[in-house]
Amino acid sequence: MQTIDLTEVGLRETNKMLHAQAADTNQTVWEITNARGAHAIACGLDAPIEVTVKGSTGYYCGGMNQQATVNIDGSAGPGTGENIMSGKIVIEGDASQYLGATGHGGLIVVKGNASSRCGISMKGVNIVVQGNIGHMSAFMGQSGNLVVCGDAGDALGDSCYEARFFVRGTVKSLGADCEKKEMRPEHIEILTNLLKEAEIDADPADFTRYGSARNLYNFDVDNAAAY
Amino acid sequence: MTDAKIPTTTPRQSATFTADVNSDIRRAAATGIYDIRGGGAKRKVPSFDDLLFMGASISRYPLEGYREKCETNVTIGGLHAENPIELDIPITIAGMSFGALSGPAKEALGRGASAAGTSTTTGDGGMTPEERGHSNKLVYQYLPSRYGMNPDDLRKADAIEIVVGQGAKPGGGGMLLGQKISDRVAHMRNLPKGIDQRSACRHPDWTGPDDLEIKILELREITGWKVPIYVKVAGARPYFDTTLAIKAGADAVVLDGMQGGTAATQDVFIEHVGQPTLAIVRPAVQALQDLGMHRKVQLILSGGIRSGADVAKAMALGADAVAIGTAALIALGDNDPKYEAEYNELGTTAGAYDDWHEGRDPAGITTQDPELMKRFDPIEGGRRLKNYLKVMTLEAQTIARACGKNHLHNLEPEDLVALTMEAAAMARVPLAGTDWYPGKPGTGF
Repeated sequence: MQTIDLTEVGLRETNKMLHAQAADTNQTVWEITNARGAHAIACGLDAPIEVTVKGSTGYYCGGMNQQATVNIDGSAGPGTGENIMSGKIVIEGDASQYLGATGHGGLIVVKGNASSRCGISMKGVNIVVQGNIGHMSAFMGQSGNLVVCGDAGDALGDSCYEARFFVRGTVKSLGADCEKKEMRPEHIEILTNLLKEAEIDADPADFTRYGSARNLYNFDVDNAAAY
Repeated sequence: MTDAKIPTTTPRQSATFTADVNSDIRRAAATGIYDIRGGGAKRKVPSFDDLLFMGASISRYPLEGYREKCETNVTIGGLHAENPIELDIPITIAGMSFGALSGPAKEALGRGASAAGTSTTTGDGGMTPEERGHSNKLVYQYLPSRYGMNPDDLRKADAIEIVVGQGAKPGGGGMLLGQKISDRVAHMRNLPKGIDQRSACRHPDWTGPDDLEIKILELREITGWKVPIYVKVAGARPYFDTTLAIKAGADAVVLDGMQGGTAATQDVFIEHVGQPTLAIVRPAVQALQDLGMHRKVQLILSGGIRSGADVAKAMALGADAVAIGTAALIALGDNDPKYEAEYNELGTTAGAYDDWHEGRDPAGITTQDPELMKRFDPIEGGRRLKNYLKVMTLEAQTIARACGKNHLHNLEPEDLVALTMEAAAMARVPLAGTDWYPGKPGTGF
């Protein structure tokens, strides 16, 4: 295992070392210590490596991730895993706003709670939150799955497209054009797989699915109040 | 009683309820939808046309047009980036999306810009291989929607432009109507085909100048601090927006006035929000000067730039470069009178056609219709754009030499006078024939 003390090495050199890892690197396990809430730690990775950040992180940890697994052994700041393409991000604590914003693929797991705008504008990413999520989550969500084992805040899935939301607890309110959906066998299968991948023990049958009512897909002035 | 005629007044049209206004009212009443269109502000606003160069005389001597050099090159983004952008001419191509424009049109922009030694820019919809392949210098726009945004393309870019706003619609998002969401556009944007695609007006993962600084840090880390990062803002509050962009760490500020075009937004937005390009340059330059960053952080001005005279005036007021969008489309063949009959069928006329969002462009440029696209030849289009860029550059050089300047950047406000009080106030140059402009310090106004 390679260990980097972030305070000593600095952000630029740390990310440079991680970016230098090729697809066939032998140095596949990395640990970053003294994170101290720094921003942009381990962003832009593109190799099959596993990076564990000890402590809490600032903005955009694991941003635009490809292939890599990033573990945050603490809580994560705003925009963690933004635009993630593939790979995995696991947050042991809580996640701040905009978790996985615009993510195109990969998996983000939060062991604690996620704040507002979780999965905003998601474009294919899967997000599994063991706790609760805040308001305006998955706003304009295009595709991918957002799984919430706890409760969801106000305006879930506002103006969403084809993203799917699975919530085990309560939903404070649904956003514009988001509605409760039937849980069909294919959805149970998706959910079962995601929970398994996130290593979370929960019964898929306890979840309710939400998604787009598709009423705002083509502009109609009589829907203007919903915009 | 005589049958003498009572004199009648001639029918008098209202200056308030003009034919245009009345047609807007009838259209709204019939459809229930506000008018969406492309392009920039069509209303008359104070512009660069209201400025004149004085040229050389006894107190200043000119450069010989055919013997003495007038340089035009510009370096953008040298402040923080390892690889700043070096351009031969200070006229760049503004961001226009694949989706709004066809693939061949994007290719033509790349061909023309590259041949003329300048850069082109992606748009809301991601980077296409046509565009990357044909652009020597490609600026990658980082927009609120993040359609097609991926780190591989980001790393292929020669510069990144974080788009906060555009002149046609400061504070507005976008809407690409369903008829332009072809299979390819839908795939790139990860959306169902044929739906109206909305673009957000704010970035999903940052708000405000403090966040912007961290976002810039993230983008620099991901791209290894190699490429310049521009911040594009609408000409809303140019002094403050420029100040905040510089403080957030931008390498260049792109400032877009209200004549700047859009693929589609509400007509009411285009015509009533924002400031004329003429009015936004000096406050932005002032911000750069106040922070000691003029010529270190570059200012790229856009919004209704059409000729070498406009380029020279922008440079004289302190811009480092300009960007053109609508003008480039016209150079490619947009709104060409040779399609007049077809424009008539669409209920419009050449020059006035602005329903770019409908995807029925007879010139085959602002469309995704395979048949219409065939009309447009990207090689010929590229050649036309190159010619146009070269002519604009020659025009700007002609003016600069006449003012005695051996580089376009040496043009200065002292070379200009204004034809109107408004232009004098906005450009902070004297009203022609006087040594005064409204707001001039120490003059009591």
